[in-house]
Amino acid sequence: MTMVAHPPDRVGPSAIVHVAPGPHLQDAAFTTRRMMADVLVGLAPVMAAAVAVFGWFAVMQVGICGLACLAAEYLFHTVMRRKPATLGDLSAVVTGAILGLSLPWSAPWYVGVIGSFAAIGFGKVVFGGLGMNLFNPAMVGRAFVMISFSVALGAGAFVLPDAPSVLSQATPLTVGKMTGEVTPLWPLFVGNVNGSLGETSAIACLLGGLWILVRRAGTWDAPLAIVGTVAVLSAGAQLAGIHPSLTVGHHLLGGSLLFGALFIATDPVTSPLTRSGRAVFGILIGLFVMVIRLFSGYPEGVMFAVLLANAMVPLINRWTVPTPLGGPVPGPVQKGGGA
Amino acid sequence: MTSQGPTAAERFLNGIIPENPTLRQLLGMCPTLAVTNGVKPALTMAGATAFVLICANVITSLMRKAIKPHLRILVFTLTIATFVTIADRFLQAFMPEMSKVLGPYVPLIIVNCIIICRCEVCAAKQSVGIAAADAVGVSLGFTLGLGAISVIREILGSGTLLGLRVLPQAWPNWGIQVLPPGAFLTLGLILGFVNWYSGRRAARA
Repeated sequence: MTMVAHPPDRVGPSAIVHVAPGPHLQDAAFTTRRMMADVLVGLAPVMAAAVAVFGWFAVMQVGICGLACLAAEYLFHTVMRRKPATLGDLSAVVTGAILGLSLPWSAPWYVGVIGSFAAIGFGKVVFGGLGMNLFNPAMVGRAFVMISFSVALGAGAFVLPDAPSVLSQATPLTVGKMTGEVTPLWPLFVGNVNGSLGETSAIACLLGGLWILVRRAGTWDAPLAIVGTVAVLSAGAQLAGIHPSLTVGHHLLGGSLLFGALFIATDPVTSPLTRSGRAVFGILIGLFVMVIRLFSGYPEGVMFAVLLANAMVPLINRWTVPTPLGGPVPGPVQKGGGA
Repeated sequence: MTSQGPTAAERFLNGIIPENPTLRQLLGMCPTLAVTNGVKPALTMAGATAFVLICANVITSLMRKAIKPHLRILVFTLTIATFVTIADRFLQAFMPEMSKVLGPYVPLIIVNCIIICRCEVCAAKQSVGIAAADAVGVSLGFTLGLGAISVIREILGSGTLLGLRVLPQAWPNWGIQVLPPGAFLTLGLILGFVNWYSGRRAARA
C-alpha cells in the first residue's frame, strides 16, 4: 500500500497551487477492483462451507448467478447504454456471488438467471451504475425472484425428504418457529444445517467477514450494530416467551444474519457515509430482522430488512452530517452536504 | 366566445401519442397500476373510462357558456359522476364477473384526473366537435397505455394473453408481475423506453 500526496515536483516560483478540501492523502492501490477482490476472498470460506454442505448445488448456483450477472452487466451497461466496459471491476461478480449464496440449493436455474438480471438491471444500472444505486443489487435480485417464485424459494423449497444428509431437514429458523423443536447450536456454528447456500456456517461467515474488515473493504460499524441489536432484542423476546425454542444463540448463528451483516450491510455504496449513520443503519436492520422473524409469516427477514434500511440511507445521511473541522457551518450551507 | 386553440384533428392526434395520458402525462396512475395484471380488466377499464370521458367532454362542452368559472370543478365532477354511475351499473348488470375484478376502481373513475383535465383544458373552452375528438383521442391513448402494460404483465405473470395460453406450460409464472410491484416496474421500463425513443427522434429531427 503506497500513500501518494499531491505531486511535489511543481514547487517553485511558478508553482500552481492546487487547493482542495481534505483529505489530501490518496491510496493509489485502493481501487474498486481491489475492494471487490477482497470481498470475493472474504466470500471464499463461505463458498467452501457451502460446497461442503451442499456439494455441486452450491457450485452450480453461484456459477449461474456469477455468469448471468456478468452477462447482464455487459448487456445493460455496455451494449444498451454504450458506457465503457465495467466487467473488470468485479462488482458484477460480487453481486452474482452474494445472490447465488443467498438462494436455496434447490432453486431452478432460471431463478438465478432472472434474479441476476433483475439485480443488475433494476438494482444497479437503472440508477446509473455502480456507486449510484440506492439498494443493494443482490438483495433487489433476490427480492424479485422471492416474490415472483415464492414456491421455489419459500421455506418448503429447502427440504428434500429422501435425502440422507442435512437436506432432509427444514431450516433451523423454520423448525424453531413452526414446531418449537430446538436445534443444537454447534451445527449452526459450523454450518451442518439446511438453509440458503451461504448462510449455514457461522464460522465461515465470521472468518470471511473478518478478512473484509481487516482489508477495509467494509466497515465494522454496521455489522456490530446489527449483531448487537439482534442480541438485545432476541434476549428480550426470549424473556417475553415469543418463540421460546429460538434462543439468542439461534437468532445470532441461525438464518442469514451473520452473512447479511458482514457481506451485505457492509456494501459501501448502499450504507450511510458516517460512522454514526452506519450505527443507525445497523440498528434499523437488526430491528427489522427481529420484527420479521418474530411476527411475520417469513422465517427470515435479512433481505427485506436490508432493503428497508437501504431506503432510509439518504435520510440517515442527512441526519448525520458531520461537523466540519472548525465548528458548524452557519446557515443553509450545511444542509447540502451529504444529500 | 369563438373556439380558439388546436383543431379537432390536432386534439385527436395529440391525445394518442404526443400527450398520451399514461405514458407522457402520467395521469390516471391509480387504474394504471391497479387493474393491469390482465389484458381483459385493463381493456374493460379503458372502455369504461372512454365512455365517461367522451360523454363528460361532450356535455361539458355544451354547457361551457353557462358555467360560472368558480363553480366549474363542481359541475365537471357532477357530470363525470353521472356517467361513472351509469358505467358502474352497466358493468354490474351485464359483466358481473368483471365488475367484481375491477372492484372499487370503476367508481374511482370519478376522481380520475385524465377526465377532469380534459374537461378543464379542452371541453370548457372549445366546441362540441373538438371536445368529442379530443375525448376519443385521449381515450385511445389511455387504452394504448393500459394495453401495453397489461400485455407485458399478463404474458410474464400468467403466461397467457386475454386468458389464452401463449407460453408453454413449463413457463414459470413471474408472480411479481401479478402483484403491484410488477405494475411499477413495467410502467417504469415502458416510460424509459418512450423517453429514450422520443429523445432519439428529437435528436434526429
